[in-house]
Amino acid sequence: MGLTKKDFTLLIIVAVLCLFAPFILNPFPEGSAMAQFNAGYPDLMQRLVIFGIFAIGFNILFGLTGYLSFGHAAFLGVGSYAAIWMMKLLTMNVIPAIIVSVAVAGLFSLLVGWISLRRSGIYFSILTLAFAQMSYSLAYSVLTPITGGETGLQPKYTDPRILDGDLPPGETPRANLFGLDMKDSTQITMGDWVFTFNAGYYVAAVVMLVAFYVSIRIFRSPFGMMLRAVKSNQQRLNYTGLNSKPYTLAAFVISGMYAGLAGGLLVAMDTQVGAERMFWTASGEVVLMTILGGAGTLIGPVLGAGFIKYFENIISKINESILHQWFAFMPDGIEDFLVSMVYPFIGKGWHLTLGIVFMLVVIFLPGGLVEGGQRVARLFKRRKPSSDKPDGKTTPAE
Amino acid sequence: MSNSNFTRRGLIRSGAVAGAAGIALPTYLRADAHAGYLNAPQGDTVTLGFNVPQSGPYADEGADELRAYELAVEHLNGGGDGGMLNTFTSKALQGNGILGKKVEYVTGDTQTKSDAARASAKSMIEKDGAVMITGGSSSGVAVAVQALCQEAGVIFMAGLTHSNDTTGKDKRANGFRHFFNSYMSGAALAPVLSNAYGNDRNAYHLTADYNWGYTTEEAVRSSTEALGWNTVNAVKTPLTATDFSAYITPVLQSDADVLVLNHYGGNMVNSLTNAVQFGLRDRMVNGKQFEIIVPLYSRLMAKGAGANVKGIFGSTNWHWSLQDPGSKAFVQSFGTKYGFPPSQAAHTCYVQALLYADACERAGTFNPCGVVEALEGFEFDGMGNGPTLYRAEDHQCFKDVLVVKGKENPTSEFDLLEIVEVTPVDQVTYAPDHPQFAGGSLGTCNPGA
Repeated sequence: MGLTKKDFTLLIIVAVLCLFAPFILNPFPEGSAMAQFNAGYPDLMQRLVIFGIFAIGFNILFGLTGYLSFGHAAFLGVGSYAAIWMMKLLTMNVIPAIIVSVAVAGLFSLLVGWISLRRSGIYFSILTLAFAQMSYSLAYSVLTPITGGETGLQPKYTDPRILDGDLPPGETPRANLFGLDMKDSTQITMGDWVFTFNAGYYVAAVVMLVAFYVSIRIFRSPFGMMLRAVKSNQQRLNYTGLNSKPYTLAAFVISGMYAGLAGGLLVAMDTQVGAERMFWTASGEVVLMTILGGAGTLIGPVLGAGFIKYFENIISKINESILHQWFAFMPDGIEDFLVSMVYPFIGKGWHLTLGIVFMLVVIFLPGGLVEGGQRVARLFKRRKPSSDKPDGKTTPAE
Repeated sequence: MSNSNFTRRGLIRSGAVAGAAGIALPTYLRADAHAGYLNAPQGDTVTLGFNVPQSGPYADEGADELRAYELAVEHLNGGGDGGMLNTFTSKALQGNGILGKKVEYVTGDTQTKSDAARASAKSMIEKDGAVMITGGSSSGVAVAVQALCQEAGVIFMAGLTHSNDTTGKDKRANGFRHFFNSYMSGAALAPVLSNAYGNDRNAYHLTADYNWGYTTEEAVRSSTEALGWNTVNAVKTPLTATDFSAYITPVLQSDADVLVLNHYGGNMVNSLTNAVQFGLRDRMVNGKQFEIIVPLYSRLMAKGAGANVKGIFGSTNWHWSLQDPGSKAFVQSFGTKYGFPPSQAAHTCYVQALLYADACERAGTFNPCGVVEALEGFEFDGMGNGPTLYRAEDHQCFKDVLVVKGKENPTSEFDLLEIVEVTPVDQVTYAPDHPQFAGGSLGTCNPGA
């Protein structure tokens, strides 16, 4: 497959993780107090891999060229709208939806990139941010006939769908892959553990593996080398007589297409689009994912995406009554005290927790979670750490 | 690593063997297949999902909704003073949970974003096994979550959602709305307005630029124009706007003598404050006093706008100062538990939770199809709005609508609105295929499994 041994091993590790994610993410038995932390349900698993794709694509631009785009959510949103329109007009099969979402996002990113890449640094970031906010506002209000505005779009059984033929009246249209319903799940019970295997998740996981493979190839190609050259010193590159614009534009479009792919997959898994997914905070989120995981590394963005989505969906759902259950064994006063201490960091306070983790990572592990992993690996590889070394500090806090 | 024999073939082979073994060994079981519907309650508890905005612009409403749900769960499980269970005309609920199963709940944060709302609803359905999802404080969210519940096969009891579309073109068989809608606001307000301000008025609309704004503007426009009012202009304002001065100035230059603010929440607080600052309320146009109207009022908004709401007309679903036994019982138990009166969002959510529980009890099952059957065409009373019908054609509740106005002399920080008129239900009833609601179809109920 044209990979070095090391890269191939990495790809295999990611593949195995994807294959066994329903087991890995559900380590706690059903009904136990820790089941709160299980993440092995279809919706979250799908999100983990889809936002993984989004971050992988963003990393091709940011990690390689150093161009910080603050508007990538726009491409994700445009891809989503394209996909949902394919589902409304053509067929509920996810293949055309995904292909068109990638193509449309590619065209849109070509336009945005062509304009924004005239500037670099902060000006580039602001330009992309402006484009994204523009797209969001348009989708939210002016373009309501096309985008459904605040309400968003969903397939309805009254839609034309020329390839599918008529649904029986009242039947909800379901996204499928040649008849395989994306919502189909099989549950396997082993003792107290319940593992859910979802068709949609595995489709998304396969797409993510392909996206990951392509990203490895780009990283290792002469083209990738050129992008790195842009990052390290664009002026020197220009002085040698090379025009760097086509390279950066290509990287921008590729990462836009990745975002479109993620948008299309989001629709394939959950057939609905809302304008909020183009909001600037969504663009900021992918920047966080990439930096948290490790910008410029292969696996980092995937880890970062997984980390943030896990926080968003698991920590945010812990509420006060669950806390009281946890600390119920304590005497009353101490219980209330502990609950009031922990409460600001869970539930709606998950942003606060995430912010603290992000700060710790950026300050102590500038290379992101990947650097943390490398430091731990190095510790084990060399020899057992002697007790007088201050090694505890370098391990990530989580 | 350098001397290990990693070959692609070997890896794939061992991976495939391991995968096959993992799938083949354990017993294959699907819990939901037995009961015939998704998330059938196992054991002696039933889980409901409360999906409310805990962050974002409607977090205040969301917090009040959650309080109401906690109170409803307490009452359903036989705790507290029973609240509206004592005044509700259906006596199916025993105070021993629902169908003998203790009610438990999980919560989620909609963030007032449809994506986030669907994600949290999905996690409640897929992970926590919720058999019903309820709550929300925005129509976009309600429509998105309602569609999700239809697809997944659980019941959705809408919280605060006022747009026509929720039970209009986006209605779904698994979704139910107790709250009133834009059309009803328009129909209830128009006669009161014509009595108070006459029939030859020139109205100027400022409309929040999103779906709810459009349907509200349309409803108020068509009801007032039917009375002879003239609509001078309708201007859309961005939802994120906080300063409306730029939109108010043109009003001064027009010959409009009524300003309709199709705004909700913080938007309304800001636009009304701006309008008052510009002296609109002291203005005389063609010998007529200039007036301001806010089609959808809530106590939380009135609180935000302070003294500016005095004398301004609007409509509301429910108000805590109502004196019927149902409202009194609810205000009493809510006040005892939390120390202040409930908002209309709290009321509609509390009622929805009770109605769902009652429907399960009467249907004898949690099966969504049974619940839909029990709720369709259900007539009840004692829930604070007088005799109410859950119409089978669109799953919308039909009940009296309150026309309120900002109180001139509030006696407390909660006593901000006074009821001007209780518009009888006949006046706000419309045909299911009314043009403002056309284009949708309920479909058939989906039990999920």
